[in-house]
This record gives sequence, C-alpha cells and structure tokens, in this order.
Amino acid sequence: MIAVTLQTLFSHWRAQPVQCATMIVGLALATALLSGVQAINSEARAAYAQATNLISGPGRVLVDRDGGAIAQSDYIALRRAGWLVSPVIEGSLRWGDTGVRIIGIDPLTASNASPVAQAALQSEDSDLADPTAFLTTPGVLLAAPDTAARLNPVAPAPVRAVDGITPGLVFADVGIVQGLLGRPGELDQLVVSQEQPLLRSELSTLVPHLALRDSDETNDLARLTDSFHLNLTAFGLLSFAVGLFIVHATIGLAFEQRRTLFRTIRALGVSPRSLIAGLVVELLIFAILAGLAGTVLGYVIAAALLPDVAATLRGLYGANIDDGLSIRPLWWLSGLAISVLGTGLAAASNLVKLARLPVLAPAKPRAWALGAAKGYRALIWCALVLLATSGLGVLFGRGVVMGFVTLGALMIGAAFLLPALLQAITRFAETQARSVQAQWFWADTRQQIPGLSLALMALLLAFATNVGVGTMVSSFRLTFTGWLDQRLASELYVRAEDQAQAEALTTWLAGRSDAVLPIGSFEAELRGLPAEIFGVADHPTYRDNWPLLAQTENVWDVVADGTGILINEQMARREMLAPGDTITLPSNWTAQIAGIYSDYGNPKYQVLIGLSQLRLRYPSTAIEQFAIRTTPDAVPGLMTDLQDRFGLDSDAMIDQGALKSFSMQVFDRTFTVSAALNVLTLGVAWFAILTSLLTMSTMRLPQLAPVWASGMTHANLSLLELARAMFLAALTLVAALPLGLALSWVLLAVINVEAFGWRLPMFLFPSEWGALVGSTALAVLLACLWPAWRLWKLPPAQLLKVFVHER
Amino acid sequence: MAKEKSEKTGENMLLDAREITKTFPSNQGRTTILDAVSLNLDTAQSLALTGESGSGKSTLLHIIASLEPFDSGSLQLDGQDVGPLREPARARLRRVSLGIIFQQFNLIPSLTVERNLTFQARLSGRQDDAWTRELIHRLGLEDHASKYPEDLSGGQQQRVAVGRALASRPKLVLADEPTGSLDEVTGDQVLTLMLDLVRDSQAALLMVTHSDRLAHRLDQRVHLRRGRLET
Repeated sequence: MIAVTLQTLFSHWRAQPVQCATMIVGLALATALLSGVQAINSEARAAYAQATNLISGPGRVLVDRDGGAIAQSDYIALRRAGWLVSPVIEGSLRWGDTGVRIIGIDPLTASNASPVAQAALQSEDSDLADPTAFLTTPGVLLAAPDTAARLNPVAPAPVRAVDGITPGLVFADVGIVQGLLGRPGELDQLVVSQEQPLLRSELSTLVPHLALRDSDETNDLARLTDSFHLNLTAFGLLSFAVGLFIVHATIGLAFEQRRTLFRTIRALGVSPRSLIAGLVVELLIFAILAGLAGTVLGYVIAAALLPDVAATLRGLYGANIDDGLSIRPLWWLSGLAISVLGTGLAAASNLVKLARLPVLAPAKPRAWALGAAKGYRALIWCALVLLATSGLGVLFGRGVVMGFVTLGALMIGAAFLLPALLQAITRFAETQARSVQAQWFWADTRQQIPGLSLALMALLLAFATNVGVGTMVSSFRLTFTGWLDQRLASELYVRAEDQAQAEALTTWLAGRSDAVLPIGSFEAELRGLPAEIFGVADHPTYRDNWPLLAQTENVWDVVADGTGILINEQMARREMLAPGDTITLPSNWTAQIAGIYSDYGNPKYQVLIGLSQLRLRYPSTAIEQFAIRTTPDAVPGLMTDLQDRFGLDSDAMIDQGALKSFSMQVFDRTFTVSAALNVLTLGVAWFAILTSLLTMSTMRLPQLAPVWASGMTHANLSLLELARAMFLAALTLVAALPLGLALSWVLLAVINVEAFGWRLPMFLFPSEWGALVGSTALAVLLACLWPAWRLWKLPPAQLLKVFVHER
Repeated sequence: MAKEKSEKTGENMLLDAREITKTFPSNQGRTTILDAVSLNLDTAQSLALTGESGSGKSTLLHIIASLEPFDSGSLQLDGQDVGPLREPARARLRRVSLGIIFQQFNLIPSLTVERNLTFQARLSGRQDDAWTRELIHRLGLEDHASKYPEDLSGGQQQRVAVGRALASRPKLVLADEPTGSLDEVTGDQVLTLMLDLVRDSQAALLMVTHSDRLAHRLDQRVHLRRGRLET
C-alpha cells in the first residue's frame, strides 16, 4: 500500500515542477548557508587544534603561572630530576612578504606520537634517522608544501616540505627558533610525557612558578576566537531559519494543493498511517536530494568566504588558517542531517495537522489557510511570550549564548506578530473602502495573507537583519575611525632589533623629532586569560588623546607615579572592574585601576602602566618600540633616514596613515563575511516571495475567475495582483525597519559586550536604509512581475475551466 | 430496507444500519441531520436514496462509507461492526469492501486514466488485469488510458470513476449523485454502464440521487426527509 501511496504522492510533483524545484532549492539554500558557515568554523578550529596535535597530541603541558616565559634552566632542572618533558617555544616571524607562526621543538625529547618530531629526525633523502641537519645551525625548517615553496627563497634556513602541517606554520629546533625570535634561554611550554619514571621530585617544590594544564586548555586561539565563531554560527542559523520559512511555506502549499488528493485517497482506503508514512518518505527523499545539493552549495559559499575569514582571524588573532577548504566526511553527513532536521521542523506541524484531521476535512476549501487564520491568536500569544523573553534577556541575561537567545526571541517574536498586523491593517482598509473594486481588493488581500505570511515573515527577518547588521557595522565603523584617530596619535612607530639599537635610535631621534616615546610590552596571563601589559611614557600624546571611557581624578598623574594603572574596556566588563578597584599583576603587584579605555578589535586583556613602573617591576622587558612625534610632512624623510642609517626594514617602521589604513582594512574584511551572509539571506527571502507568489498564482484561479467573469479585465486583475503583493511587501519592510534598529541595539549593547567586551554607541543612517528599501522593493517587484505577467497572458479557457471543473 | 425491513436478518445481508443519528453543532445548539435512520441492503441488490438538498443523504452515505462518525445507533457492513472501528480499520474496510463514486469524480489529477482506474485495486492488492481490461473496454476508455483526467470530458471522467470503484470487485458500491455533474443523455449512459457493471460484478449498490426517474431504475428506493427515512 505504501508503494502505491508513494507513487500517487510523487505523481503530484510531475504536474508541479516549479513547486518541486522550490522545495528542493529552498531547502538546499537553507542547508547551504548553515553548512557553509559550519565548514568555515570547523576548518578554523581544526587548524587551531592541529598545531597542538602536531607537537604533542592531547596531553598535559607546563606553563608559567603568570603567562610569562619559562627559563631554560627550569627545563634542565626538570630533566635532571627525572621528569620527561619536552620544550616548546612559539612566535611570529616575517620573511619577505610571508608571515608565519614558528614553533620550536626538541625532536629528541618530543613524544613519539608527534608527527613533526618524526619528520624532523629523518634525513631529507631517506627515512633513516639523521637529526644532525635539523639540530645544528642554520637548522631545517619544516612547513606545508605550499608554505615551504614560498619560504625557501627568503628563509634563513632550508625549508623542507612535510605533508600534514597547517599552512602558515613552521617548525624548527627549539634552539634555532630561540635565536630567530631573539629569545635566547626562553621557552613557552614544556610538554609533559604521559609516561613518567616512578621516582621523581614533586613539581610544586621543583618549579613552583609553573602550572600543569591540559594542552587544549592552553590553546589561546581556540578560546580567543570562540565569540567570532559563535557570531558566524548565529548568522548561519538565521539564514537557516529564513530558509526554513521557505520550506515550511512550500510544504504547506503542497499540502493545501493536495487536499483533494488526500481526501480522495483516504476515502478510497489509504489509512492515515500509510498517508503520513508516504509523506514522510517523500519528504525524506526531498531532504536528502536538497541536503546533497545544499552541502555542495555550502562548500562553494565556504570556499568563497574562507579567505576573508582567514584574513580576519590572521589580522585580529594572529591565527594561521589555510585559505583552502578540505572536504570532511563528517561535513557531508552534517549537511544531510541539517537538511533532514530542517525538513522535519518545517513539515512537522503540517503532518500533525493532517494526522489529526478527519477524512473529509482536508477537502474543505482552503482548510489550511483557514487553519492558519485560526492560529493567529496562538501566534500572537507565542509572539508576546517571545518578546517578553527577549525583554527579560536584555534586563537580566548574561553571556553570549543568552545574548543570542535574546536576539532570536526578538526576531521570531516580531515575525510571529506580522500576519496579525497585516490582517488588522487590511481589515481596517476594507472598512474604509468605498468602491466595490476596492472592497474586493482589500478583502482578497486579507485572504491571501495566510498563504503569503511565511514568505513575508522571511522577508521581515532578512530585511531587519540587513538593517540591523548594517547599522551595527556603520556605527562601529564611525566609532572605530574616531577611535583610531585618538589611539594612533603619534606620526611614526618604530621597532628596534635589540636593546643596543634601541638606545642608538633614541639618541639619534632626539634631535630629529618633537618627541620619542618608548613603549615596552610583554604578554602575561591575568585572571586565567591571555593579556598584554604595556608601559608608556608620561606625555601629552597620551594625556590629550588616549580614549578613556572612565577615570579617576588626575588619572595620568597616578599612572605616571605608579599608584594607578589603566585597563581596557573588555577586561573591565568581563571582570566587572571599575576605576578604584584593584587587580594583581605579575610579580604580585596589586595595582589600583585609575581608568578604563576603549580598545576595539583586541581580543586580549590589556593593561597600561607607567614606563617607570615597567622598568622598575619588570626589568627584563625589552623596551624596543617607539612612538615618534613629528610633523606629518617629515615622516617620509625620517623613514628614509632611519632605513639608511640603521638598516631598518619596512616591517620595523610604520607610519600613522599606513597603520590606520591597515586597521581599517582588517575592520572591513572582518565584516565582509557578515555582509555576504546578509545579502545571501535577503536573496533567500526574495526567493521565498517569488516561489510563494508563483505557487499561489496557480491556486488563485478559482478566486479570480468569478471576478473576471463579472467584467474585470485580465490587465486589471494582473495589476491588482501586482499591487497586492507590493503592498504586503511594503508593509513588511516598514515593519522591519524598527525591528532592524532593535536588532542593531541588541547587537551593539548586548551581543558585542558579551562577545567582545566593548559597547559601541549607536548611530542612525537613514540614507543607507533608503537604499536598502529601494533595492529590496525593486527585487520584490521583480518577483511579483512574473506571476502577474502569467495571469495577464492566461488564456480565457484556463479561467473557464474553473466553472466546469471542481478545483 | 426501511424501518420495517431493518428487523430482517439474513445470510445475504451486506449492510445493516440501525437507528443512526447524527447531529452537528450550530448556533442554536446542535442540529439533527439524521434522526434514528435504519437501513439495510442485501448482496447484489441496488437501492436508491432520494431526498431534497439538505435532507442528509450525503451525510448518510458518508457514514455508511465509514468516512464520517455517527453519534448513536449501529452500523454493520459486510459482517463488521463499523461503530467501534478505529480509522486504520475503517480505511481497510473502505479499500477492501467498498467502491465509492463521487459526484465530482475526484480522480487523481496527476495519475493517468489507467492508473486512476486501478488505484484502489492496487491499494487493496486485488488487481485483476483481465477485469481491468474488460472495464476499460466496456467503459469505452481504450483510447484514453494513457491520458490524464484534465484531458477528458466530464462523462469520460465519471466513467473512469465508475471503473475505479469496481476494479477491486467491492461488495458494496456507494454512489453519491454519480450523474449530478453530467447532462441528461451522458448521465443516462454512465448510469446504464454503472448498473450493468455492478450487476455483472455481483456487487450491491447504494446510490444517492435527486432524480426519481433515475431512482426507478434501481431495485428499491427510500426517501429521506429532514433526517428521517420514508418508504
């Protein structure tokens, strides 16, 4: 019986190829956007994890409790005490125009499970062990084949290609890397072997300043980029939700169209269970087909967006992600799962409704539409509950996930209110209409709302997202530009190669610039998270320009005399610190917070202390960077002189303009992905409108034929159809505007604060909204034209059929 | 057939409806559509059910077809008590024991004529190719077997519907105004075909009709007025 039922159900699609395509394309789009984003995320996360796995695999490592460097003497002491540990040092280097992350290892003490250590011990020409070349100067650098090919002409040592290494990562002997990074005698981690001798001294007595951690816990990149990936996932989910609206609408219409078929076959003896089973199988086949198409499309989207994501992650977090996308079997499976789950979600309510309906009920005219109308009250209640949830989330919610729950509740709640709003407006218009034609127009428009409501909800969500994210990005850009002007007040920034050069530079620059402001910095761990500590000179450059958000009295005086420090906004918000509070810095310095400054784009905690305090409390910190004040016109000449006299390359000097332009470039690339997903989501919503109108146009004939027979022309009917769809779309866009602004506010005031730790002021950009409304309205008009044109050209015989056949 | 006949019980009895009552909710509370209607029908007999619009004819037919539940009374169909049956069992009863012909044909628009005609027979696993061929021949559908319903006239569509109802050799054929959508000549032709085929297949027939003229072509007649049966 199932086979016959299934054959009959499928025969419907033979006569409805457009609808069939709609169903598959809608589901494929929904799957594509989400699986594409998931692919990007998993590619990045795999890259973060790979570096750890290449060195040691999952296990435990020793790190400095304050986040600083480990002395090589600690390593030697541990080895002598019997501990099987292996040293690791990491840093970033640039050779030519290629930036790399370099990791130093000791292949002789590294775990046998480390593929890099194995490769290091082999000679280049054979599998025989020959560590000589790797361990002795100039050493051998190991990198992925592509990276090796790029580096070989410019690197200071031969580069050997090793498959399996993340592109952009370079491995070398720990001693060689210490030399290359200018950090002799320093290490970052000690990988602790899983097997240890029974007799060994206690770590707490041997190296009390070191802490034992899981290796994945020390993966700073994974922790730092969590919010970034969560944002991407949220966008993917939004696109998925919009796609589901299409699928839900298409499935709903397919059920509506087949109501007579369901009635007939059930009357002829198909049991409800068989009918539901047949429909489930039918939907499953659609889901698998669409899932495969969607996953392929998702791959294309991910491949197109990955270079921008990689650039963002590189610019913001220093993470090296390969621009190329690898296809993982799990990804195909998850694409299919997304599609099947999406179809299930979209079809569930229709299937439940069908299972509960008596045999004859589905054949009642427009049973589903009437059902939808009856459901408005429930929908309004749901909307109110969701909006209340969103309000409570704003007032009491904490954390990024709660932020997105707040956002989701706001968006879905508003979407649920839309049909009732449109009903109320059209009902009011109907009461005001005087002519028969106008009365029919409004009454008929109201009748169309159930059929179009899902597509209109999708449009509402997509448009509001575009307005919201657009406003957020533009507000951020405006704030960021002003902030850069304040933060980068100095005209030139110079980095010396070593302390001797730093001193020579200071002397030489003293007579050739208005001021030379030394900057010292080191990385640390504060309250369990990575942080940077900067020491800056006491100078009007900072006093007049530094972007302070909150401060105590005489803030710069207390920073200069060492009784106060400044922290960045993200640290203040996450740790709930305010001016007047105290924090403990490395070397057990408990300092009072004198001010909080904005620090957009920095994922790490940051502390600013007086230069004198840096010298006093952290004497080993190299002070090799300088901010130089001079007139902007003098910068090019000064740079040439510095290059000639000190041999500084272009990486060691950067002028204010170049730094600002680089920062803006990173900023813009960061939001390229958001913009692309925005446009794709709007495209999906446009597709929803088009397909809903096309599908409905085939069902409209019984309603239009009597009006045509009463004397209205094809042309009149077509124009009214066009006007009706445009009117509903326009109302939706008007409703979406305040929703978009609310979304923007939540993004700026809730999500950003929770995800990144900074709050931004919100600015309004009416001209941007105008352009967006115009382009969206044009797109909707194009979607409406096709069904209207088809109606215009419909042969009278088709309309006459309405009167001779039941439809 | 009417009340007095409802007392009769016999081995040949196919349909036995007793005291069937059906009400619907309305503004005035509940409106009674069928008021203690009793009816029976033997194997290979035909019965015409007449009545004005709104008299409850179609509702009674739907109840006998187990498409709609009833409030009180009992209904025996082919030896089965329909009242307590759940929907899956009712569906089985419909596909195995009944053939239904609707006024509006209700063919499946996406299936060819031949597939429409054999739909229920395949559904019940009782497809008989020789019988199908005979039906197609006697219904004059040879040239239309691979066409779709939208390509056929109303008379042709109703002939397909008749064929579909008989293809699975049901014991009881229920016809709801089968010629109501056709002109008189075409309607007569379709009815003649239907009666011949029903007779030849040894099925019983219960036909709802407005027309006394058509009703007189069946073995027995009953009239429904305001939910009550008159002989």
